[in-house]
Amino acid sequence: MTDTNTNKPMLKIDGLHVYYGAIHAIKGISLEVNQGEIVTLIGANGAGKSTTLRTISGLLKPKEGTISFEGESIGGVPAHEIVKRGISQVPEGRRIFADMTVMENLDLGAFTRSDKDGIKADLKTVFERFPRLEERKEQLAGTLSGGEQQMLAMGRALMSRPRLLLLDEPSMGLAPLLIREIFSIIVDINKTGTTVLLVEQNANMALSIAHRAYVLETGRITLSGDAKDLAASEEVRKAYLGG
Amino acid sequence: MEMGQQVLQQLVNGISLGSIYALIALGYTMIYGIIKLINFAHGDIYMVGAYIGFFAITQAGLSIVPALLVSLVTTAMLGMLVEKLAYKPLRHAPRLSVLITAIGVSFFLEYASMYFVSPTPRTFPAVMDSVAINIGGLVINGQQLLILGITFVLMVILTYIVKFTNTGKAMRAASFDTETAQLMGINSDRIISITFGIGSALAAVAGVLVGIYYNSIDPLMGIMPGLKAFVAAVLGGIGILPGAVVGGIILGVVEAFVSGFISSTFRDAAAFAILIIVLLVRPTGIFGKNTKEKV
Repeated sequence: MTDTNTNKPMLKIDGLHVYYGAIHAIKGISLEVNQGEIVTLIGANGAGKSTTLRTISGLLKPKEGTISFEGESIGGVPAHEIVKRGISQVPEGRRIFADMTVMENLDLGAFTRSDKDGIKADLKTVFERFPRLEERKEQLAGTLSGGEQQMLAMGRALMSRPRLLLLDEPSMGLAPLLIREIFSIIVDINKTGTTVLLVEQNANMALSIAHRAYVLETGRITLSGDAKDLAASEEVRKAYLGG
Repeated sequence: MEMGQQVLQQLVNGISLGSIYALIALGYTMIYGIIKLINFAHGDIYMVGAYIGFFAITQAGLSIVPALLVSLVTTAMLGMLVEKLAYKPLRHAPRLSVLITAIGVSFFLEYASMYFVSPTPRTFPAVMDSVAINIGGLVINGQQLLILGITFVLMVILTYIVKFTNTGKAMRAASFDTETAQLMGINSDRIISITFGIGSALAAVAGVLVGIYYNSIDPLMGIMPGLKAFVAAVLGGIGILPGAVVGGIILGVVEAFVSGFISSTFRDAAAFAILIIVLLVRPTGIFGKNTKEKV
């Protein structure tokens, strides 16, 4: 559908300002995500990374600036409509529906869809990617371990068959080994055709898998470029990579 | 023997009354679950339901089941309208503002009803022959059977909706975490509206059944059952559906025992004593989980 404009970015944010009540959280950021990329947004706690994702998803309304996805403006479109347009988010802290079963969580991920065969096929893919979810599909989601909950949150987001996947701090609270597993799954999801916008405090890991990166500081983008270049830059190393 | 039979008789009376409380409490608890509002106008919605049933029978000449359906549908629409006009504009307002609005809606429904249908109590027509089953001295009358039967059917339907339909799953998801539900593509405004519709429909049925049971309805009839159903919802654990049913039935049985063995004067006192005890001993209610408020 959108292959005609491959040279245009899939997601384009321009001069975005967002307020959290009285707090001016995003102060005029612009960024682009191209089809097929993994782009990461790194920065300290409170820099505005989650706010950016929440605005893309429609949970917050931009005060100023534009967001367009596949050529259409989506700024201020309500959250439940955004999913239908092909953007899905794995929120910070996973936010799984703890008192529902794993299966019900995955069903809810496909809430906007009615193509039964397609849903079935995607469920199969999710179970192949996360075999532990299949083993525990009748279990209450709240009884899963942290890593399993992260997998469930990702599987749930994939069930809407997004073209752009937003990931908010997938490494949060996980052991290093699990983080590596989750990140290799992200690479895998990207390779099968899903574009990824990844927000991370763990800059090391994020830069290791991303194609491009933006550094966010108190609501402004201070640096951007190839993930490899940023990982090598003195400034980023000092501020985010621990020397 | 004699005593045992009396206990059983009060149990039957209590469960019938408790079913009514349960139907009203379900609406309370569903609405609380989804927007964290104690909808103080819920008892008045029940009253409106009773009046719609009353007019459907006396003016339109309908029999009981069609009258129930008319009342159920109309009251559901009223509940959705109240939500749209009074509560939806306050979605991001402090909870206290919404609560005060609910009290305002309650007064509005009570006094608007007085204006339109007069404050005089009306005699609810007898809709069924006074049959009664006698099982070895234990008497279950036709009204009680009707209440138990209809309540049972409604619970089965509600359970099916909540557990197995997409709307039901969306309701549970939105109750648990409205924002994440939106990220799934769930239109939370629509789900909130449907919840008010279902809750109001259940209250309407309770209103008509009470009209049949006690033969009398008036514009202020919703106040006491509304408060009692609130007690029932808190007793079972507010926000939890099976809790509302269990809480309602326990409350009904306690009231029946107090009126049967002590004095009906203490009936209401017993209900509110339960509220105080629950709040002191186990504020989360019977089925409540000890969850911390999310920030």
